[in-house]
Formats: sequence, structure tokens, C-alpha cells
Amino acid sequence: MTTTATVPPPPAAGITNSFTAGRLPAWAPWALLAASVVVVGVIFAIIRESTGGSFNVVGTVFFGVVLFDVLLFVLSNLVEGSRQARNRLVTSLVCTAFVIALLPLVSLLATVVVEGFPRFDIALFTQSMRNVVGEGGGALHAITGTLLITGMATLISVPVGILAAIYLVEYGRGILARAITFFVDVMTGIPSIVAGLFAFAFFALITDDPGIRFGFGGSVALSLLMIPVVVRSSEEMLKIVPNELREASYALGVPKWLTILKVVIPTSIAGIATGVTLAIARVIGETAPLLIIAGFTASMNYDLFQDRMMTLPVFVYNQYAQPGTDVNAYLERAWAAALTLILIVMALNLIARLIARIFSPKLGR
Amino acid sequence: MTTTPAPPKARLRPADRIFSGSTLAAGIVILAALAAVAIFLVAQSIPALVVDPAELEGSPSSFWAYVAPLAFGTVWAAFLALLIALPLSLGIALFISHYAPRRIAQALGYIIDLLAAVPSVVYGLWGIKVLAPFVTPFYGWLVDNFGWFPLFAGPVSGTGRTVLTVAIVLAVMIIPIITALSREIFLQTPVLHEEAAYALGATRLEMIQMAVLPFGRAGVVSAAMLGLGRALGETMVVAMVLSPALVISFVLTGSTNPATIAGNIALKFPDAYGVGVSALIATGLILFVITLIINSIARYIVNRRKAFSGAN
Repeated sequence: MTTTATVPPPPAAGITNSFTAGRLPAWAPWALLAASVVVVGVIFAIIRESTGGSFNVVGTVFFGVVLFDVLLFVLSNLVEGSRQARNRLVTSLVCTAFVIALLPLVSLLATVVVEGFPRFDIALFTQSMRNVVGEGGGALHAITGTLLITGMATLISVPVGILAAIYLVEYGRGILARAITFFVDVMTGIPSIVAGLFAFAFFALITDDPGIRFGFGGSVALSLLMIPVVVRSSEEMLKIVPNELREASYALGVPKWLTILKVVIPTSIAGIATGVTLAIARVIGETAPLLIIAGFTASMNYDLFQDRMMTLPVFVYNQYAQPGTDVNAYLERAWAAALTLILIVMALNLIARLIARIFSPKLGR
Repeated sequence: MTTTPAPPKARLRPADRIFSGSTLAAGIVILAALAAVAIFLVAQSIPALVVDPAELEGSPSSFWAYVAPLAFGTVWAAFLALLIALPLSLGIALFISHYAPRRIAQALGYIIDLLAAVPSVVYGLWGIKVLAPFVTPFYGWLVDNFGWFPLFAGPVSGTGRTVLTVAIVLAVMIIPIITALSREIFLQTPVLHEEAAYALGATRLEMIQMAVLPFGRAGVVSAAMLGLGRALGETMVVAMVLSPALVISFVLTGSTNPATIAGNIALKFPDAYGVGVSALIATGLILFVITLIINSIARYIVNRRKAFSGAN
């Protein structure tokens, strides 16, 4: 006992912790990132002093991150070896990719809000563009047209889409069901302008009017884009209804069609409603098919089956593409309409998520 | 060996027949609609195929000479967009599935999905009013310093309305599509494979190389093809941003850019008449066929993979 007490304790600095040896400390990457951004910032500030002009924020961040990537790779290579160095390099690149993807989103939303705000007024929602040259006017005719055409497209797509989904999940077996599944998938990739051309080709041929433009054609074109989305989402939702529910219903002697109507659909209705709302959000911003078949006008039109009908996306395009003498007034209206359009789409997305959250069946115990 | 008796057949009520019949009808309507798209596009484009090519825009030697620059522009712009979008999307998908903390990963997924919710016409407006002025100085710098490289041959475009700008906007639009699909595939990687890789001492990068990427390769290929299909058919961005010409040119930063099929239709259709309408519909038919082929291949790869992954 006495011998051990006389042994002097080893000096504390000499202990090497085998878990952290040869590793960079956790704060090293962050410190390196801050240091490289500051260094690049100083360089840019010196360049600005010598050449004039404004301070380049985007350049500072970009080249700072590049410098950070290189420095971290070199440092890690020296301390930790090449494997860790490559790992760290890819980690920082992957994080950078995410930030790069956010830049356009932030820039786009900020621009639309800032540019759209001046004309986001009452006149935008109460006036049409009839007899308006230059300032003033609004997008009431476009908003009405969008609601009518999208509403009609929903009326066409929802029954067809949900019934087809029921067929695929509950009845469909064999080659026909496989063909429908495959072609629904393929249909989700139809370019929107081809849908517009189809509606035009179809109605021009059966009405024998080579210059036909009307709202209902737009609804048909939009349904072509909407049906596959509705089928896909409804199918997924019907599939996750537990088989025990169907079997319990059959065991009580309920026929199949009543089982589907009273058991399967009520169970999955929240998911189906979410899917339909998202499908509406997808087609309400479509421009190309409506440009082809619904055309554009400056006046109100409540009749889907006659005459040209303005819609909000086409309004944005038209205000941009055919400005009158006062270009600024037209651009302001375009941005304000774009803001309205984005708000509608975001609201639909939000509603879809709320439906999914509030009305989904509580299957758990 | 006892033969099991055939299960008793359920009695078919009239209501059963009506209901199952109407669901079957809805399914057939979808197939008929797709067939009708092909039939009516063909029917309306025949006049452009049989007419004297001198009557088409620009008096080409044949209909195919009229289509060739458009088809080239479509494929070129979409290819550039895919080139930009694919590495970024893979990075984002890996970030969400394997790098970001679990708690915020889903929120990050929603943010990327927001990109997909923005209407294309708003992207067009943003591309022409914000992005094009922003990149114009960079194009000037590129042409000054790398003008010897064929892709950046001068003279530089003064407005930034070039095929490269269009490709950047298209890339932003297809990133959410490729990301969403790749993310789903990466999340399905068997956890045991990942843990086995870690147990062998792999770093996170090596684990991804050994376990995640081989598992997700087919899915990533089809996701890229679906994104390509979307970029091929995108109309409004091209119509608004590009300053088009009927040429075949690989130059990225010049003022003479090849038009795309979809953008050309959107620009010309409102004022077209007679054979011009048929010619535009015929180009639309070609676009339809190209996207149909690409989407079919992509879906075929996805479906084949689904069968053996056991993830569903």
C-alpha cells in the first residue's frame, strides 16, 4: 500500500484520450467557416475600396464557403487522414446544396411580395381590364375565370378520378388494371401545353371552328392534368384502409358496394380530400393550356361555353407580354396578380395539410 | 389430399353491378382520354405534314427541317437543366434523408415541396425580371475570359435572356421533383445495411457509397428521367425568358438561342391560323411522343424495382 502511494501521479498533459486523438474538435468546422467568410469579406471590402461599387454579399458568402470547403479538406487531411477529409468535404457540399436550393425560393417569394404589394389593392379584386389603358384596372375577370374553369375541371376530374381509384384498389385485377395504373403514371408526365393542344384539336374538330376559344375547353385540358393526380392520391389512401374493416363489414352481410361507400370511403375521406385539394393547387397555376384554348380578354365572362375567358395565370403572362404605353403599370399588375396566385396556391396547400391533420381517422388505440 | 370446395360465390346484386360497372367505366375513360389525345393531335397535324413545306414558317425544305431546330432546343435546354439540377437534388435528398437531424428533416422536405407549388408563370416573371439581370454581368465575364471555349463564344447577350438562364430556372423547377423521389428511395435503404457499414468502421460518406447509393441507383435514374420529362414540356418559362430563334446552336450565353417546342407554341399559337396551327399542333405531337417515351421508361424502371425491393 505504501509503495503505491509514493508513486508520483503522471503529468496531466501527457494523457491522450484515445476517443478524441487524431480528430478535429467539434467547434473546428464552425470556427473555420466563420474565419473563411470573414477573410473573403475583408478581401471584397478591399476590392470595393479600390474599385468602388457596393459590397458583394452573395460573392462573399459563395467564395467564403468555397474557401471553407478547401481549408477544411486540407486541415482534416493533415489531422485526421484522407478518409475523414473526404467525408467532411462531402458533408459540407451536401449542406451547401441545400442552401443553394433555398436561395431561389427566398429570392422569388421576396420579389413577388415586394413588387406585388403596391397594386395589391381593392381595385385588383373589384375591377376588370375593360377599357383600361395604362394605370388602374384589376384582375376581377381573371379571378372569376380561374375559379369557374378550375371549378369545372374539379367537377369533371373528382368523380372520374375517385371512381377509377376505387376500381384499381377494390375491383381491378389483371391486364386492364395494370394498363390503367401504368398509363395514369405516364399521364402525370404529359406536358401541360399538349393538354391544351388536345382540347383545342378536339373542340375545333367537333365544332368545326378553327379559331375556337372558350372556358370549358380549358376545364377539359385541366382535367386531363388533374385526373392522374387525383387517381394516384386516392389510390394510396384507399390502399391503407385496413382489410379488417372490409372483412368485418362483409361478415355482417353488407354487400361490397355498400361496404365501399359506407366503410372504405368514410375511413379514407380525409386523405382523398387532401389529395383533391393538392390536385386543384397544381392545376390552378397552369398557364399554357389556358393560353391555347381559353384565350385572353379584358372583359368579364361568366359563360364557360361561349367566348374567350381570362384566367389569373394568363393575366400575369398577358400583362407582362403585351404592355401598353405605360409599361410600369402593366408590370405592377402582373406582379400583384402573381402575388394573388401564389397566395391562392399556398392557401390550398395549407388547407390540404389542415384537412389531413384534423379529419384523419384515429386508427390508433 | 382433400380437395377444398370452391368458395361460395357472393350473390351479385344489381347495385353491385352498377357500382362496379361505373368504376370500370371511369378507368376506361382514362385510357380513352389518353388515346384521344394521340388521335386528335394526329388528326389535326396531318395538314402540316402533307402541305408544301414552303408554306411553313421560314420556308424550310421539309417539315422535318422545320421541326429539327425546335426539337434540338427542347432537348438542349432540358439536358442543361438536368445537368444543373441532378447533383443539387442528390445533395438535398441526401441532406434530408441522412444528414439533417431527424426532427427538422420533414420540415425541410416541406420547404423543398414549396418550390414545386409555385406556378410556372411566376417562375417566368422571376426569371426575366430578377435572374436575367443578375446573371448578365457573369455572362459578360465568361465570354471575355472563356470566349475561346465554343459554349461561351461571343458576342454576349445584353439582356441575359439566354438558354443558360432558362436552364437555371428549369433546374429550380425540377429540383423538387427529383429530390422528392430520390429522398423516398434513400429513406428505404435497409437500416441493417447502413449499420453493417458503420460497424465495419465506415465514415458517413463511405456508408452512403456502400449502402445507400447502390440501393437507390435505379430510383435516382428514374427520378432524373421524370425531371427531364417535366423540363422538356415546360412552356411559360421558356416563352417568357428566352429570346428565341429557329437555329441549332450550342452557345450558352449568346443572343441567338434555339427555341423550344413548347415555348414556340405558346408564343405563336395565339396569332396562328390555317396551316400554321396544324404545324404547331404537329410539333406538339412530337413533344408528346418524346415525353411519353421518356416517362414510360422511367416508370418501367420504378415499377420493376418495386417488385424486388420488398419495401412496399
